[in-house]
Amino acid sequence: MAYSEKVIDHYQNPRNIGTLDKSSNNVGTGLVGAPECGDVMRLQIQVNDETGVIEDAKFKTFGCGSAIASSSLATEWLKGKTINDALTIDNMDIVEELALPPVKIHCSVLAEDAIKAAINDYRTKQGLEPIVDGKKHY
Amino acid sequence: MLKLPIYLDNNATTPMDPRVLEAMLPYFTEYFGNAASRNHPFGWKAEEAVDYAREQIAKLINASEKEIIFTSGATESNNLALKGVFEMYREKGNHIITVNIEHKAIIDTCRHLEKQGAEVTYLEPQPDGRVTVEQVEAAIKPNTILISVMYGNNEIGCINPIREIGEMAHKHGVLLHTDATQSIGKIPVDVLTDNIDLASFTGHKMYGPKGIGALYVRRKNPRVKVTSQLDGGGHERGMRSGTLNVTGIVGFGKACELAMNEMAEEGVRLAKLRDKLERELLTLEESYVNGSTEHRLPHVTNISFKYVEGEGLMMGVKDIAVSSGSACTSASLEPSYVLKNLGLDDELAHSSLRFGLGRFTTEEQIDFAIDHVKTAVIKLRDMSPLWEMFKEGIDLKSIEWAEH
Repeated sequence: MAYSEKVIDHYQNPRNIGTLDKSSNNVGTGLVGAPECGDVMRLQIQVNDETGVIEDAKFKTFGCGSAIASSSLATEWLKGKTINDALTIDNMDIVEELALPPVKIHCSVLAEDAIKAAINDYRTKQGLEPIVDGKKHY
Repeated sequence: MLKLPIYLDNNATTPMDPRVLEAMLPYFTEYFGNAASRNHPFGWKAEEAVDYAREQIAKLINASEKEIIFTSGATESNNLALKGVFEMYREKGNHIITVNIEHKAIIDTCRHLEKQGAEVTYLEPQPDGRVTVEQVEAAIKPNTILISVMYGNNEIGCINPIREIGEMAHKHGVLLHTDATQSIGKIPVDVLTDNIDLASFTGHKMYGPKGIGALYVRRKNPRVKVTSQLDGGGHERGMRSGTLNVTGIVGFGKACELAMNEMAEEGVRLAKLRDKLERELLTLEESYVNGSTEHRLPHVTNISFKYVEGEGLMMGVKDIAVSSGSACTSASLEPSYVLKNLGLDDELAHSSLRFGLGRFTTEEQIDFAIDHVKTAVIKLRDMSPLWEMFKEGIDLKSIEWAEH
C-alpha cells in the first residue's frame, strides 16, 4: 500500500513520543484500542490547571504507520490548545491532513477517541464530569 | 554498494537464473514449433526439447520421464491431483486426509470437493507445524482414497515425515500426494524412497520461469491415474490437454538440472546464512521462531517479534522484501491462517516476518537485513505502549481493552 508523504514523515520522525506521569493530577491519559485488533494508542496530555491549556502531549502507539502518524499528529495539534478547543478536533481533520485512505480511517477515529479519553481522564481527576461523546463510530 | 531493496522473499518466487533464460531463448523464435506437430521438423525439434526437459525434471526427483505431467504451475498440479484422484477413485471411496496449514491451492480444492461429495479431514499440525505418521494413520477410514500432505511448508519451512507417511499410506492402500513446491530443487526429494504417488512442483520457485509446473504421477506400484480437468487434445497421456509451453518446459528442465547439480552445496550455504540471520534476530528480546527448527528447509525462517505490530513493522523494513504473517494490508484483519493454526495468538501471528533466502542472496545482504530489522523492531518497541507495559511487568491480558 502506498502511504502519503505525511504519514511516512510522521512514521519516520514521530513527534512527541514518550510518557508523562500518569499519577499526576494535571495529566490525563487515554489508552484506546486492543492488541488483537492491531492498534493500541496511549495519548497523554499535561494541562495547566489555571489556564486550561495543554502544555505538553505525548503518545505511544502500537499499530500501523497510519495509526502512528494519526497519534503523532494529534499530539502536535493538542499542544497549546485549551481543553475545550481540543475537544473540537475531529477525526476527519486527521484523515484530511494525512490523506488517509478509507481502510485507514479507523486510525483517525482511534486518535480522536484517545484525545477524548485523555481529556476525560483529566476531567475525572479534577472532579469534573466526563464528557459524553454523542458520536458513535462503530 | 548494496542495491536496495534486498529480495528475501524467495518462497513467493525466485528470480530466474540467467543460465535458464539462455537455454530458453532459442525456443521463443527459432524453434517455435508445436511439440504435438508430428509432420515436420519444427514440431520434432520442439518435441525433442520437451523430451529432454522431461528427463531433466524426472531425474531430479528420481522418477521416470513418463511420470511427469506438465501443468501451468503448482496450483494447477494440486487441483489436478486432488480433483483428478477424487474423480478417478470415486467408487473406491470419497475420503481425503489433509492438514489445515496446507497451501490454499490444497485447502480450497478440498473445500470444492466437499461440495462434490468428498469427505475431508483437516488435521491439526503439532505446534512445530509438522504432522506425525500416527496422526495421519489414525484418520484413515475404510473410504479413504488419498492423503495430501505438503513436503515443506511455504510459510515456516517445516518438513513433514513424508517417507514414513507414504510407507504407512501404502500399507493401507491409500495414495499419497505431496505439494512439494517449496521443497523440490531445495532438498533431495526422491519419489521412490519417499513413497510418493503424486507430487506437485513448479518452475518459478527454483529459478525457472513462471507459468510452468508439473505433477508427478506414479506409473508403477501402484499405477496411478487422474481424471483430466481440461478437455482437449489429450496431451500428457490424456491427463492434461493443451499445447505444451515449450519455452517454459525447456527453462523448467534447465532449472531442475541446475538444482540437481548445485543443491547439496547451495543448501549448506543457505542454511549457514539463514542460521546467522536467525541467531542475530533472536538476540532481540521476545522474538520467536515459528515452526520446527529441526526439520525444515534450509533457506527459510519465520520469526515473530512480540509487541510490534505487523504492518508497522513491514513499513519499517522497507529496504528488504519479505512477507508478513499480517494480513492488515488486505481488507481482512485476519492474520496468517498457517500461524494461527500452529496455535499462535493473533498478536504474534501479525508481528511475524518470513525470510526466504535464495541462490542470489549474499552474506552482505544478510548482514544488512539483520541491522535493518533490528533497528526497526527497536524503534517500534520504543514507541509501543505495549512494550512499555511489558517492561513494567504489567500483564496485558489483565487489561480490559476497548474492542473496536
